Amino acid sequence: MDFLIFQVPMLTLQAVLDGLLLGILFALIAYGMALQWGVMNIINIAQGDLVILGGYIAYFMYLYGIHPAWGVIVSPIIMYFVGVVIYKLVINKVVDRDLFISILATFGISILFMQLMNFAFGADVVLANSGYGTTMLFDNSVTLPNSKIFSAFISIVFAIGLVIYMKKSKLGRAIRATAQNARAAKILGVDTEKVYAATFGINAALCGVAGALISITFTIHPYMGLPYTIRSFMIVIVAGLGNLPGVAMSGMGLGVFEEFADYILGTEFRIGSVFLLLVLILVYRRFKLSRKREYLK
Amino acid sequence: MNKNIVLYGAILIFGIAAPFIFPAFKVQLSILCILIILAITWNVQGGEMGYNTFGNILFYGLGMYLCASVQVGMFFPLGEWTEGGGEKTFVHTPAQFFQGFAVGLAVAAVVPAIVAGLIGYSILGLRGHYFAICTLGLGVAAGEISGGIEIIGAGQGFTTPPFPNVDRLEARGEFFYFCSFIVLVFTFLAVKAIYSTRFKLVLNAIRDNEDKAEAMGIQTMKYKIIGWMISAFFCGLAGGIMGGLVGYIDSTDVAFDGREMGVFMVLMAILGGKGTLWGPVIGATLFHIFKEGFWTFFLGWQYVALGVLIVVIVIYFPEGIMGWLREKYPERFGEVVDEADRKAQVTLK
Repeated sequence: MDFLIFQVPMLTLQAVLDGLLLGILFALIAYGMALQWGVMNIINIAQGDLVILGGYIAYFMYLYGIHPAWGVIVSPIIMYFVGVVIYKLVINKVVDRDLFISILATFGISILFMQLMNFAFGADVVLANSGYGTTMLFDNSVTLPNSKIFSAFISIVFAIGLVIYMKKSKLGRAIRATAQNARAAKILGVDTEKVYAATFGINAALCGVAGALISITFTIHPYMGLPYTIRSFMIVIVAGLGNLPGVAMSGMGLGVFEEFADYILGTEFRIGSVFLLLVLILVYRRFKLSRKREYLK
Repeated sequence: MNKNIVLYGAILIFGIAAPFIFPAFKVQLSILCILIILAITWNVQGGEMGYNTFGNILFYGLGMYLCASVQVGMFFPLGEWTEGGGEKTFVHTPAQFFQGFAVGLAVAAVVPAIVAGLIGYSILGLRGHYFAICTLGLGVAAGEISGGIEIIGAGQGFTTPPFPNVDRLEARGEFFYFCSFIVLVFTFLAVKAIYSTRFKLVLNAIRDNEDKAEAMGIQTMKYKIIGWMISAFFCGLAGGIMGGLVGYIDSTDVAFDGREMGVFMVLMAILGGKGTLWGPVIGATLFHIFKEGFWTFFLGWQYVALGVLIVVIVIYFPEGIMGWLREKYPERFGEVVDEADRKAQVTLK
């Protein structure tokens, strides 16, 4: 192997660190995906577009002179209501239906969002400059932007906060009860309609946080949503529903994989390799299960 | 039977006369034929077999690239052609053009079918939404990867051979129209023939309950792979013609255009009615009329309209037009209806 990345150990370290910090962000998005999948049995293709929309909220705060880091607070609040509105308009009609219907309906929402964002914000690649500077490690051979460290830290704070909220609060318990058995929860007096709306709202809010962080650390563009959806889907199927440490681990693993793919194959194959990895993981699981004469479902 | 012959004859005559009646719409009519082919092939896979795929765009794009590559590569060095300006230095004679196109179409049909057969065993073992997402990933991955391959033009695209200079100005449009129309007729008749055999019943059994079908002794995997190969064969053909018609192939915007074509074919089949022979044809025709009207008069808002259309169709008309007609006039579809029973069911609801 004569790739540069394996000859220079510092470059490997750089890729691993970048990947881990990126992966924590992916895990946050995947957490929202796992939440709605587990509770409502919905696969949301518009997940990535919600992320990008959250990013644009932070970007606009930056344009109007507010520090974009405040987007971490503002964006989830706005996105929560966006999520509830989407739920009321579309999602509540597909909750009990075939999963393919929900995939296709959210695909429609995704296309709609993409184009509306394209109209509203323009087709330029933008980023919100946080002005945090960079940290140099190991004699200036490894550079870590402080914004990446900040975003990883905020993601962890939000993830832990949400876990505690789900365990302790009344709504959290209602959500978990609905996920276990929606009918029984309904009989015992849980307003499942409200629970679903709140779940979708929380998911959108998580996307908002992740989007705000992405607009600080990376770049956003109206058409960049779908890769985030696929990444979070992939993380969830590798980790399994309701396995939070697993989501965090596989998120970071995916981040590291992407950084290495970027170095080895070249940036033009980065997104392609993510999608190909999804196919490979699904095929691998299919063969593993078919030995027991089972299948993914 | 007699009525059917009159109907088919009328459609055939209209199809042959159409480019002469509406000479300004030849390209639109050709695209309509391509869309109908795609909707029919998606329906074999998604409607009859119940394997909802977003990945047939893979075969469409593959066919497009293969047809153009063969057409160029048979006579000229492909690398120099795609590197830029090749279409200006090398000129196909008419004989070379048509010969290359014919061979290209054959390759564009056969190779995707083989690819479908090869990946079928792995991919078709997935079910339901895993299959849908996996094929979505496959389509996007193919677009991203082909956008990085130098010999087929990479990011800057691939200009297909220009139509040779013949005396008549109208010849190009007519040639591509009749190509797509003949392929459409061929596809329709082939699918109609397939639907009258036991094969269709097997596919429907797989759709309704795959485990039970397997328990009845049907080798479901074999039939699923054959079904996908049929789908891929016609998708590749459609892609090959479309490449020549558009004249320019871009990896993500023309060939592996999952956001447009890949969704269109699903939408058209659902709009017309999944699991029927005529549903995709009607759905594609209506969709194309709607699309062209919207694209012309509200340019810029087309994706917004498309997104809303997808949501509305999926939520409110999941059975499609044929499903609605079937609900309304079940006698026409050969279903025997007991009036009293029907009324009783209605009141029970």
